[in-house]
Amino acid sequence: MTRLAVPKTYKLYLGGKFPRSESGRVYEIRSHDGEFLANAAKASRKDARDAVVAARSALGGWAGATAYNRGQVLYRIAELLEGRRAQFVAEIVQSEGVTPAAASAQVDESIDRWVWYAGWADKYLQVAGNANPVSGPYFNLSVPEPTGVVAIIAPQTGGSLLGLVSAIAPALVPGNTVVVVANEAMPLSAISLGEVLATSDVPGGVVNILTGSPAEMAPWLASHADVNALDLVGAGDLDWIHLEIDAAETLTRVLQPENGPDAASPSLARILAFTETKTIWHTKGLI
Amino acid sequence: MSFLDYAPAPESQALLNLRADYGLFIDGQFVAGRGEPFQSINPATEKQIAMIAHADAADVDAAVSAARRAYDKTWSKLSGSDRGKYLFRIARLVQERARELAVAETLDNGKPIKESRDVDVPLVAAWFFYYAGWADKLDHAGVGPTPSARGVAAQVIPWNFPLLMLAWKIAPALAAGNTVVLKPAETTSLTALLFAEILQQADLPAGVVNIVTGGRDTGKALVGHPGVNLVAFTGSTGAGRAIARSVAGTDKKVILELGGKAANIVFDDAPIDQAIEGIVNGIFFNQGHVCCAGSRLLVQESIHDDVIERLKARLSTLRLGDPMDKNTDIGAINSAEQLARIRELTDIGEQEGAERWSPDCVLPETGFWFKPTIFTNVSTSHRIARDEVFGPVLSVLTFRTPAEAVAKANNTPYGLSAGIWTEKGSRMLAVADKLRAGVIWANTFNRFDPASPFGGYKESGYGREGGRHGLAAYLKPAAGRAAARTVTAAPAASVAPAVASPAEKTPVSRKKAAK
Repeated sequence: MTRLAVPKTYKLYLGGKFPRSESGRVYEIRSHDGEFLANAAKASRKDARDAVVAARSALGGWAGATAYNRGQVLYRIAELLEGRRAQFVAEIVQSEGVTPAAASAQVDESIDRWVWYAGWADKYLQVAGNANPVSGPYFNLSVPEPTGVVAIIAPQTGGSLLGLVSAIAPALVPGNTVVVVANEAMPLSAISLGEVLATSDVPGGVVNILTGSPAEMAPWLASHADVNALDLVGAGDLDWIHLEIDAAETLTRVLQPENGPDAASPSLARILAFTETKTIWHTKGLI
Repeated sequence: MSFLDYAPAPESQALLNLRADYGLFIDGQFVAGRGEPFQSINPATEKQIAMIAHADAADVDAAVSAARRAYDKTWSKLSGSDRGKYLFRIARLVQERARELAVAETLDNGKPIKESRDVDVPLVAAWFFYYAGWADKLDHAGVGPTPSARGVAAQVIPWNFPLLMLAWKIAPALAAGNTVVLKPAETTSLTALLFAEILQQADLPAGVVNIVTGGRDTGKALVGHPGVNLVAFTGSTGAGRAIARSVAGTDKKVILELGGKAANIVFDDAPIDQAIEGIVNGIFFNQGHVCCAGSRLLVQESIHDDVIERLKARLSTLRLGDPMDKNTDIGAINSAEQLARIRELTDIGEQEGAERWSPDCVLPETGFWFKPTIFTNVSTSHRIARDEVFGPVLSVLTFRTPAEAVAKANNTPYGLSAGIWTEKGSRMLAVADKLRAGVIWANTFNRFDPASPFGGYKESGYGREGGRHGLAAYLKPAAGRAAARTVTAAPAASVAPAVASPAEKTPVSRKKAAK
């Protein structure tokens, strides 16, 4: 007699907790061949706003953590993801309909991407900052700092886990906090990643994962005055120009959509896109 | 006669040979504009200096075409070292003609000659000299090996530092290999046109720099021109917002240096004499027409009365009047429009309950003038504590703890600059860390240097000007560099084929217009 499986309830990941959508809405997630997989939470604009509040609250702690600490936390994500490889492979095979080998390759790549970005946490500042030889008695330094709350529309095509990881990891490196709208059609690995984050020493609220319709939530995130940067990497199929126009209202920094297999490919530029350069003049003259 | 009454010491205007009319500078030549020419006046006397051509959309198009031709045929084919040599030439020519440029700047802008002579023009030369040396070292700019220029840069600059803002824009653009169409502010075109003469003397290839004078319509036509690859703008946050909206959806690179409402924080252990000078320099330099001006003074409560008393005494020694006089500290407000704006906001300051004070001084009868003004008893909700006045108006607020100072300093949608005055190094570093602003001055204020990046957080804009960062903004990373993989295993592309983009875009919810 075969054992009856215990299916998981997929909810949102918001402020370190796993709530249902405040709207009570869900949408059906089906496998590649049409089999019912889960009812994912269909997040509302209120959920999106709550996520921004959670991200803002978490910003001070995450941005204020030492670079070494942030690097270790990001590396810890890779460790826990590695430990749950089988689960992610199974989920990806189910929802994307790819071979187990391809799903394994995607999970491997996702894990290694966390490792790659983790290593940047205590180095990007040395590469992007510098001393400036000003003409006067001043000790002058330029250093990058996190931009703040970053709202991300995760890639909607390609690997559902890898796309998500590629989008959120670079924003986390300098100390930003993130609100991300996951792959709409294939959100299961996003919520499972939330479970990994929740047990990886990532403080609650640093990453907030919303499932549901990017077209519905994106305008609220784009025009939200407490969102400092908007990554439209996965918004290519939306009317994203209007999102960029909305973001201009508070001079929100915008990254435009990227398409194709190299979307959100790992780069230092992607980390620096979510930083602000602060230049400090310290007077030397007052001895 | 008090000890403050000096005999007039006006700078000579004899070395200025101005023309009665100035055309547009397109493709290396001065040409007539198709719009209605407009007056440039001396704000200290309201007398006409010259008539300036007004570029319409067709003129802007001609300028962009000239810049494109110059980019394709000449500038992008030159070696970095040759581009650098042109910039070195320009730096030297600016130095040679420094006095003339300073006099012209003061005449047109109204700023004191001591500022245009000792700050603006020397920095202009320094800016070209600094970026000249970068032109053949672009691999080290921080955007990876073999970066390329972006193409044609559209640059729109404000009236507060006309020639200096031109230098901030043109020097890095040319060093990086771009060609330029620049639009000066409507009220301060003069030095940009003298600069065009310098470019002719430098024998800069035609079309590499084009200068189109005019009004807002000219700027709009330039920024919106489909032939430009980069837009660099310095000005108000409102105008910057409009530009950000208008370029949305395009691949134009945008650099915005916008407004500010900087906090100048004075702790009770500050070097007080230096702090007073820093406060004065912070807000009364250039009549307060400075986007990074220290317009909000945050004083620790325990020293508030002492600071205000010293500040008033110091302000009483400032000399307001003829900008061309070498002893003048405070010159003319740049335009009637700006004067009206300052008056409106200061009147609101009084109505909202802040206490207004200005030193006794006689304002000249013609021209646009505003007395240096301090508001005390200002609360964070007052308009004069929130809105950018862009004039010689200081709002004084108090705080008790460093945490309160930081909270108040950051309580603004702007984030351009801030000042910290304290003798305690650890406190200075901690506060500098917590301030959300792009430029922090510790025990100094309003320092500028071509080697030092300048630019804002939040609604003060994005991108940096100055230093290596300022150069990087004008460069495009080499293609394909970002495609590095983190592992050598099967690339993700083969894992799950990307779905081809549907031609139809999903409309986003537009209901939120009711926000």
